Formats: sequence, structure tokens, C-alpha cells
Amino acid sequence: MKILALDSSGLVASVAVVEENDGNQNLLAEYTVNYKKTHSQTLLPMLDEIVKMIELDLKSIDAIALAAGPGSFTGLRIGSATAKGLGFALEKPLIDIPTVDGLAYNLYGTDRVICPLMDARRNQVYTGIYEFCGGSLHVLEPQMAAGIEVIAGKLRALGREVIFLGDGVPVFRKRLEEELMAGEKFSFAPAHLNKQRAGAVGALALQYLKEGKTVSAAEHRPVYLRLSQAERERLEKEKNT
Amino acid sequence: MEEKKDVLILAIESSCDETASAVVKNGREVLSNVISSQIALHTLYGGVVPEIASRKHIEKINEVIQEALDQAGVKLSEIDAIGVTYGPGLVGALLVGVAEAKAISYAAGIPLVGVHHIEGHISANYIACKELEPPFICLVVSGGHTHLVVVRDYGKYEIIGKTRDDAAGEAFDKVARAIGLGYPGGPKIDRLAKEGNPDAIHFPRAKVEDAPYDFSFSGVKSAVLNYLNGCHMKGEPVVEADVAASFQKAVCDVLVEHAVQAVKDYGIPKLALAGGVASNSALREAMKAACEKEGVSFYYPSPILCTDNAAMIGAAAYYEYINGVRSGLDLNAVPNLRLGER
Repeated sequence: MKILALDSSGLVASVAVVEENDGNQNLLAEYTVNYKKTHSQTLLPMLDEIVKMIELDLKSIDAIALAAGPGSFTGLRIGSATAKGLGFALEKPLIDIPTVDGLAYNLYGTDRVICPLMDARRNQVYTGIYEFCGGSLHVLEPQMAAGIEVIAGKLRALGREVIFLGDGVPVFRKRLEEELMAGEKFSFAPAHLNKQRAGAVGALALQYLKEGKTVSAAEHRPVYLRLSQAERERLEKEKNT
Repeated sequence: MEEKKDVLILAIESSCDETASAVVKNGREVLSNVISSQIALHTLYGGVVPEIASRKHIEKINEVIQEALDQAGVKLSEIDAIGVTYGPGLVGALLVGVAEAKAISYAAGIPLVGVHHIEGHISANYIACKELEPPFICLVVSGGHTHLVVVRDYGKYEIIGKTRDDAAGEAFDKVARAIGLGYPGGPKIDRLAKEGNPDAIHFPRAKVEDAPYDFSFSGVKSAVLNYLNGCHMKGEPVVEADVAASFQKAVCDVLVEHAVQAVKDYGIPKLALAGGVASNSALREAMKAACEKEGVSFYYPSPILCTDNAAMIGAAAYYEYINGVRSGLDLNAVPNLRLGER
């Protein structure tokens, strides 16, 4: 089994190829850049670099996995359109990995509760609560768009040690430390594990593939967890009249 | 002599609110032209909502491309090049087509050609009229553009006039909204105007000083709004059909006058229309009459080729392709791409 994985849901652009043979998993290549947000110009050249480096025959992959949302609307669509185009030309299925699940998978095996925080603007985060149990990822709170105080409230109610990661950490770190998580035990993931990694998306996708959780390239669409502003305003207006 | 091989272009267009794909043979023959329109969705908002347009593109794009290949009876492996609109347009909408086209091109090993949306509109005339060749003058009129262009050669454009404010189609949309016709305004005004008197009300025909080919449509739009307000204040009834017909005539008069002037000044006796407003029946008739009077050949695409479509992108991509133009894996969407820019 070989999977090509993409994540362009946030500031990071990441491409990886993972495989599994006889129960042994391998990360063949991963290219992750957290510099400037020009995914439309970088994502495919990054893939091309990997393909050359590991002499990959694209036709040999079994599926294309991607962080399917939430995230930056435009970033998600660049990843989606890239995956859909690859799937179309290669006639391969796609594997939709919830972005926040993929982030949590970075911290495989931790005994703490995992809380990814992606900056969702408008004073919200894309987040969720996860734990590892018997070697597999358990979802305690599925990914959502919520205020930081909402997720902090859920974490305090759980009363367990928490590890945070994601690009929302620098935005909300102070509030978490000074007010929201006061008295609780928590920590922050280190540099090599605290942002989107296509390697984690791919590794989680190996499991999805075994469970047959694929979609066709045509039917794939990103999960935004939010309506567009125009739709939101229209619904609010309708509600008020 | 060796027989010349046919060139098949798979084209993708997603610059605004139509998800479109087409297969075009040798730049002139349309084998398929699939358009998935979102107009009904955007009507709720009185205009195109970029985020909604982008979301719909990503949902539809593979289906539309597959349909274009199926209708043409062509396999992806038979395609010689992929043409894709990379500007101008809504950036989020453009990015869907660009990312998709790049990925298909890369995975299938098919050359990629980025196409300028307006060059596509102009190239629709190559499909409509097989014998048309540059040089010719082209008037591009749509919801976002009003350009008077000298097409020197395939891929060589010189803009000699453009609008200083509203695009012609934009003025149609705004006036349509003001007289309660809704979105999209162009076809609705066209229909209503047929029942009205184009000489009932005199609306201004604006000239731009020192720029004989430039346009300005905000004045005529304001004049219509002021007229409607005036009627309202005086309690006089508004004859919407007369307003539509008179407004439409004011716009068409200016478009025809400038285009014909350009034909005379440049000594190029060929005039083509392009863009969404090119399917306006009054504009076509006025332009046709003026061209006949001046002894100028007049070209215009069928309505389906005037609207945003991918066949026109395939036609433009063909000439770029045979000229050796290729786009790289880093091709980006350029929302304000200028005509003739590479």
C-alpha cells in the first residue's frame, strides 16, 4: 500500500509519500514548508521534487490522502483541486482526513489528551479533543469551529493533562496560560510536531484505506465547518424578519 | 506529404460563476463544450458571491471535465495540451481550475497552457467563423470588461480603448436592478427593451476627453437612476420597457461609434464582438448595420460562445500551444492579469 498525502489547510504546505508492507510502515519522503502562503505555486513543485527524489512512479500509488478541512478556505481548495486532478488523471481514489484529526495524529502515543488549535480568525479556533487508546486515535470531541473559551471549558471538565499544538497556539497561548487553563496541567508540542505534517495525514490514511474509507476524486469536497459570509448574513437576515 | 496531425486541447475555465470544460480540435472545431452554471445560486444575493462560486467549482469540476471528454468521445491520453484560464477573474474561483489543470497535466504528462480569459473571449470568434484571421478589431464587452482591442496576430493584442469606470455589462446589471428586473441584468434588459421605445428618453452618450476609444458608463447609469427618482418624486409612472430600450440604445450607440471609428482609423476592415454582452441583440443589430454601411466584415460568436465557456479557452490555448507557449507547475491565478501579458 502506498499513499500520497497532501496538507495545505493552513500556513504549512506539506507533501508526503507513505507505504505499508507486511505491517511495516515507511515514510518514503516528506516535504514540509512553513514559510509563505503561496500554496498554489509551491504544492505541485514540492510533489515533483519528491517524485524525482524517490523515483516514484505516480501510477504505483493506491490513493491520494489530503487534509480535507477545516482550514483556510482557499488553502483547502488548492489541496482539494490538486488531489482531484491527480485522482482524475491517475484514476485513483481520495482519502479525506479531517484536518484536526491529522494534526492530532502527530502526537501518536501520548498519554495526554490532545487538543489541536488552528487559528480560524473571527476569534475562533478549529479544534477538537483526542486521545490515544490501545494504539489508535480516539475522538473525544470531533473537529469543530469554536471560541477558545468553549474548548478550554471542555478540557477543564475532562480534568486531564492536555497537550496543545497548531498555529492557533501562538495566538491564544497567553489566554490559555493566564486565564482559561489556570490550575490545569498542560503543555505545548515542540517544533517538529506542532504543525500540519502530510506524513501524519498519510499514516492515518493507511488505516482509512484498510477500512475502505475512500471517496472518488469526483465526489470529494472539502469540509469547511463554516458557511460563507454571504450565506451567514442572508440566514441571519431571514431569521430576523 | 505527411498528413498534419490534429491537435486536441482539453480546456478548463472557472474564472467566475461557470464551471466549464471543453475539447477543441485544431483551435476551431468544438468537440464538446460543457458548462455548469451557478446563476440560480447567486441570484439569491443579486450578484456573484466569490466564496460560493469557489465552493461550487470544486464540487463540480471533475464531473464537468469528464463530461467534456465523454461528449467529445476522447480519452485523456489522446489530449495534446490542457488550456486553463489563469486570469483575470475571481482569485478563489480561478485557483480551482488552475490547481486542477496543473495536477492533471502533471500526472498525465500533458503540456499545460495558461490562458487569458479575455483572449479566450476574443478567440471565440475563431470558432464561430472559420475563415477569420488576424488582424482585426475586437470589441470585448462583458460584466467585467469593456475593451477595444486590435488583434495584430494570434496571441498579439493591443488595447486601444477601455472603460474608465463601469463595464458595459455592469451598467446593464445595475440598471436592471434599479428597474426591478433582477440578476443577471443583460438578457432581461434585452428582452424588455424589445417592447419599448429606444427614443422615448434621451440618456447621455459619454465621451472621454483625449481618449477617443475609451468608454464611460457610470454617467448613463446615474442618468437612468436620476430619471427613475425624478419620476418617483413627481408621481409619474415609469414605463420600464422605454427606460430599458433607451438605456440600451445609449450604451450601444457609444460602443458602435467607437468601434467603427477604430476600424476606420486603423484601416482594418474586420470587426468582431466578444464577451457576454456580445449576445445582446440590439448591439448585434446596430453593429451589423454600421458595418454594412462602412463595408466592414462583421463577426460575432453564437450566444453559447459569448458567455463564459471553455471552448473559447481551448481556441486561445491552441494558438498559444502551436506558438510554443507552455506553463509550469508554479502557474498561479492572476486575478488582474492584463491582456497581452504573459
